[in-house]
Amino acid sequence: MSAPASFSPGASAACAACAALLRRDLSVAWRRRGEILQPLLFFVIVAALFAFAAGPDAALLAEVAAAVIWVGALLATLLALPRVFADDYRDGALEQLLLSPHPPTVLALTKTLLHWLLSGAPLVLSAPLLAEMLGLPRHAWPALLASLLLGTPALSLVGAVGAALTLAARGGGALLALLVLPLTLPVLIFGAGAVNAAAAAGGIGDGGDLVAAPLLWLGALLLLALAFAPLTIVAALRASLN
Amino acid sequence: MLEASGLECVRGQRRLFSGLSCKLEGGDLLHIRGENGSGKTSLLRLLCGLSLPEAGEVRWGGAPIGKNRADFHRALVYIGHRDALNGDLSALENLRAACALAGRAAPDLDARAALRRMGLGGCLHLPCRALSAGQRRRAAIAGLLLRPGGVWLLDEPAAALDDSALRQLDEILAAQAASGGMAVFTSHRELAAGRARQLRLADFT
Repeated sequence: MSAPASFSPGASAACAACAALLRRDLSVAWRRRGEILQPLLFFVIVAALFAFAAGPDAALLAEVAAAVIWVGALLATLLALPRVFADDYRDGALEQLLLSPHPPTVLALTKTLLHWLLSGAPLVLSAPLLAEMLGLPRHAWPALLASLLLGTPALSLVGAVGAALTLAARGGGALLALLVLPLTLPVLIFGAGAVNAAAAAGGIGDGGDLVAAPLLWLGALLLLALAFAPLTIVAALRASLN
Repeated sequence: MLEASGLECVRGQRRLFSGLSCKLEGGDLLHIRGENGSGKTSLLRLLCGLSLPEAGEVRWGGAPIGKNRADFHRALVYIGHRDALNGDLSALENLRAACALAGRAAPDLDARAALRRMGLGGCLHLPCRALSAGQRRRAAIAGLLLRPGGVWLLDEPAAALDDSALRQLDEILAAQAASGGMAVFTSHRELAAGRARQLRLADFT
C-alpha cells in the first residue's frame, strides 16, 4: 500500500521519529512505573480526603464533586509536569532533540502527548470511580468524561510550556506551579462548569446549551493550546538550554 | 562544508572570544584547544546552533545554519559533555532511539556491532546507569560508528576513556576523515595522531 500523495517523505520520517521517541519514553516510563503512578494515587487520595473532611452530608459532597475532581485533576497533572523534560535535560538528550532534523515542534508535541498518556489519560479512566465515591449524579458522567477528555490535554500543553520555561531555574517546582496554575484557570472554570450544569440538569442530554457551551469552550481552548503551545515550548527549551 | 565567520561569544560579562573564523571541508579534522573555561564548549554549541553568537554566523553548505536547519542537522552528530544516554535504558536502546531521532534507522545488528567494537559487548542490555563514566563515553562514541560521514562535533570525547578506547577513538576519527567526513573536537590530549588542524582559542581573545 502506498502512502497518500499529500504525505511527503519528510513528514513520514518525522512520524517515524516521533513513534520511536514515544516508544523510548514509554519504555522508560514502564521501568519507573512506581513513580508514574504517583500522580494518579494523589488524585484519588485528594478526592477521598474531601469525602472524609466534608462529613456524612452526601448532598453537600455531590454538590462539590465536580469541583473536587477537577481541582484534583489539575493538581495531579501539575505533579507530573516536571518529569516531562527534566530527565532529558539532565542527561543531555534534550539537546539531541533540538538537533534532530525533524521539526522540533512535532517532537515537543510528542513529549506533551506522552505526559498526557501518563497523567491525563489515567485521570480520565479513574474519574468514574471518584465520581461514584463523591456521589456525583450518574447523568453527569458523560459531561465529566467529555470535559476531562478535552481539558486534560489542554492542561498538558499549557503545563509543558511552564515545564520548559522553568527547566534551568533553581527551585523550578514551586515556580512551575505559580506560573502554570493561573494559566489553567479557564480550563478549570469551563471544565467544572460543564459538570455542574450537567449535574443540575435532570438527565443525560438535559441542560442543553448550559452543558454544551462550556464543553465547546474547552474544545476551543484545546485547539488554541495545540496551535500555540508547541512553538512556545520549543522557544522555551532553546532559552533553557542556552 | 562547515564555515564559521567572525564568531563572537559573550557569556555573562565576559567576552570569551571574538572574530573567530574557521572552515572545514570534507576530510578535515579540527582540534579546538584552550584552557578550562576559555569557551571550547561554547564554541561547539555555537557551531551546532544550540546557542546563537553575539556576532558572526555559521554556514553549512553556503547557507546560514538557521536557514537549512534540517539539512545541517541530518549531517550533524553532536556529543556534548553529557552523554545523552538515558540511565533507565540500555546502551543498545539508547543508540537505537538516537538513530531514529536523527533520521537514520540503525539496523539492530549495526548497533550491536558498534557497541561490541567499543568493548561493551558484555553489557549491551545493562541499564546505562549501571555503566561507569568511561563505559558511557564508549557507548556515546559507538553512536558515531552508526552515523559516519557528515560533521561530528565532539566535546571532550576522550574524557574518562582508557588507553584502548583512546586508540579506538583515534581510529574512528581517522576513518571519518578518510571517508570525507569532518570532525571538530575539544580535548586536552593529542587525538587522531596529530592529523587534526589546531585552533587555539587564546588567539581570538
